Amino acid sequence: MGKTIIDCEINKSYLVKKLHTTGALRQRLISFGILKGIQIKYLASTKLRATYEIQVGKMTIALRKEEAMKIEVEEYETN
Amino acid sequence: MKQIKIALVGQPNVGKSMLTNALGDTTLHVGNFSGVTVEKKEIIFQYKDYKITIVDLPGTYMLTNYSIEEKVTSDFLQNEEYDLILNVVDSTNLERNLQLTSELLNLEKKMLVALNMSDEAKKENIEINANYMTELLGVSAIKTSAVTKKGIDKLLYNIVHTYENPRKETKLVFSEAIEEEILNIETHLSENKFQSELSYRKIAINLISEEKETYRMLLDEPIWITLQPILLEAINHIKMHHDEEAMIDIFAEEFMAFNQGVLTETVKINNIDPAKLTTTQKIDNILIHPFFGIPIFLFLMWGLFQLTFEIGSIPMDWIDGFFGWLGNTVGESISNQDIRSLVVDGLIAGVGAVVLFIPNIIILFIGIALLESTGYMSRIAYLLDGFFHKFGLHGQSFIPLVTGFGCSIPAYMSARILKNDRDRLLTLFIIGFMSCGARLPVYVLFVGAFFSPESSGNILFIIYISGAIIGILMAKLLKMTAFKGESEPFVMEMPKYRLPSVVLIWHTVKSKTWMYLKKAGTFIAAASMLIWFLSNYPHSDTLNIKYETKIEQSTNIEEKNILSNELNQMLLEQSYLGKIGKFIEPIFEPLGMDWKMAVALQTGLAAKEVVVSTLGVLYSLGSDVDESSSLIERLHEHIPFASAVAFIIIMMTYLPCLAATIVFAREAGGFKYAVYLFFFTTIVAYVLAYIGYQVALLV
Repeated sequence: MGKTIIDCEINKSYLVKKLHTTGALRQRLISFGILKGIQIKYLASTKLRATYEIQVGKMTIALRKEEAMKIEVEEYETN
Repeated sequence: MKQIKIALVGQPNVGKSMLTNALGDTTLHVGNFSGVTVEKKEIIFQYKDYKITIVDLPGTYMLTNYSIEEKVTSDFLQNEEYDLILNVVDSTNLERNLQLTSELLNLEKKMLVALNMSDEAKKENIEINANYMTELLGVSAIKTSAVTKKGIDKLLYNIVHTYENPRKETKLVFSEAIEEEILNIETHLSENKFQSELSYRKIAINLISEEKETYRMLLDEPIWITLQPILLEAINHIKMHHDEEAMIDIFAEEFMAFNQGVLTETVKINNIDPAKLTTTQKIDNILIHPFFGIPIFLFLMWGLFQLTFEIGSIPMDWIDGFFGWLGNTVGESISNQDIRSLVVDGLIAGVGAVVLFIPNIIILFIGIALLESTGYMSRIAYLLDGFFHKFGLHGQSFIPLVTGFGCSIPAYMSARILKNDRDRLLTLFIIGFMSCGARLPVYVLFVGAFFSPESSGNILFIIYISGAIIGILMAKLLKMTAFKGESEPFVMEMPKYRLPSVVLIWHTVKSKTWMYLKKAGTFIAAASMLIWFLSNYPHSDTLNIKYETKIEQSTNIEEKNILSNELNQMLLEQSYLGKIGKFIEPIFEPLGMDWKMAVALQTGLAAKEVVVSTLGVLYSLGSDVDESSSLIERLHEHIPFASAVAFIIIMMTYLPCLAATIVFAREAGGFKYAVYLFFFTTIVAYVLAYIGYQVALLV
């Protein structure tokens, strides 16, 4: 697996490349609009990096490290 | 009068409850809790010649079965009878909200879309062409604002209009590949003249999107044999086209593409500077700051806690006084001694004890409603999940657990903020380990009797802290055994910060308080009468007569007191409760306890405060026993140190009071959970008390 959300830099945008999960969690992510090809932005994490905050569209979403590690991303070319 | 039943559906945080309040105006008939529940509530009101019933379904992002809310909502929409769907969307985040809308369109029911929060959208320079959107979606889209009440009349008018007119075909279209396959299946169904309540298009879409119910329905039909190869090819064709493995992804993309099309045509967003921070981002920079976030949160919780139990204690004194007065007044008017005792000591005292917690509950629920409606609750979960997750709990478990230090009843009720069933149950099971306020007098008594005055503060602190530690360790233990399994994922929206609505908080708190009074009140009234009966019966006239003459004969006041206490002790000893105490004495023997301590602990099942007065009676003292020095001396004299340690440990860990246990059973979802809780806490209490006893013997 390549780069996931936990490897992202703060306030930088990325594209979702692949969701490495099935079933309920996949449904959950999709229901929040986290899909292949969607642009996300990494906003913050807690001090111990246990929970992550990302932006999808206009929505801010919090996820646990385990979940964040299942979302593979790639650099988003600005301009 | 004509009746219209409306299913109100929307994603979380779109102002659904606010809108129902605005629609129904003040003639509300609210059936259930809002916001913090998974149940649905109904609002009934009259509009012109129509009786309108709104079923407010739990907020859901998609029609899947991920959480209880989603399940409740999608079950209702698919299986229940209703006239139309009212879909509430947040105008400032249509991209996200329309995702649910397109799923709803797919249900092929009469439908309306309320473009809510249109006032906020205006402020954010978002221009929406509602008329064009109506045309593109094929269902009416009406701009509303629950806050300013704008558009509410128009919405009501359109509800009636939609109800009175036949349903128009929705304009939800899919990509070419899917539409082609839908047509193939439709053709096959019509060639075979397949009979069904659903439209052919709907059946085709359901089959392609792998909707289980439709498969179940068709599996019994002869047409299935010829349909199967067509369907298989259709699915392969679509998957190939989308270069994706799961249908759910494909449909999510399809819906998104459709919405994107609608939005490009109907929404214009003016001058948005992406570098400029929104208000929410500014607040979040402080409230979820990596260093200051947790201290700020702890401070806010401390404030809420103080308010709940400090301000709450003021009206509590009045309520206490009122029930005391009521007991006396009613008591005077009843001549029969047994009935008087039943009414005054059983019924009024029992119900009074329940009503006593109302101020706590009201303040606490106002606090929780504030946390929820402002959007701060999700931030709490975000901040604390890292720590709590290690013990199998959820970030939001913190609130019920802290509340548990005040009183378990509101704590159990506040566990509703946990949306996931397993997380909630696990939290409910360990709330009792947080020592509630009612146990404090017992601790004070025992610490005073068995520890030096200098160390008593520390010992009290140790009692409270070790209770919490036991609780968290027990959570871990339960998680590894009874609640075993994959941890629930933590993926949640952090909604925009919003100013709370006074009306909504008022409605929420009012209905919650009323439910507490109604349900807990009836049960507890009955239960307290039972406890009263057990401790007062059977009567022993011989004892009474013997002692009454003795008391009359004695001239010394002190001696009179001693005699009447002796009478009380004898009466209690031969009451059903006393007999039970004697009967279970062997169980408590390994812990170094006699029947008196056993009975005291049992009366604590009714209410923890009662333990002190029971000990007072059993160790022969005046009725005014609270923390009095003589009782402390008595306990010190009669109870060995090791037994006292065991007693304190049991107080910390055994079943919460009856009122709390009943609330627990209701919140957990049934009486059987109360039985589980009984066995769980009893085993924990016994084992820990035994260990404590053995260790204390060595000291």
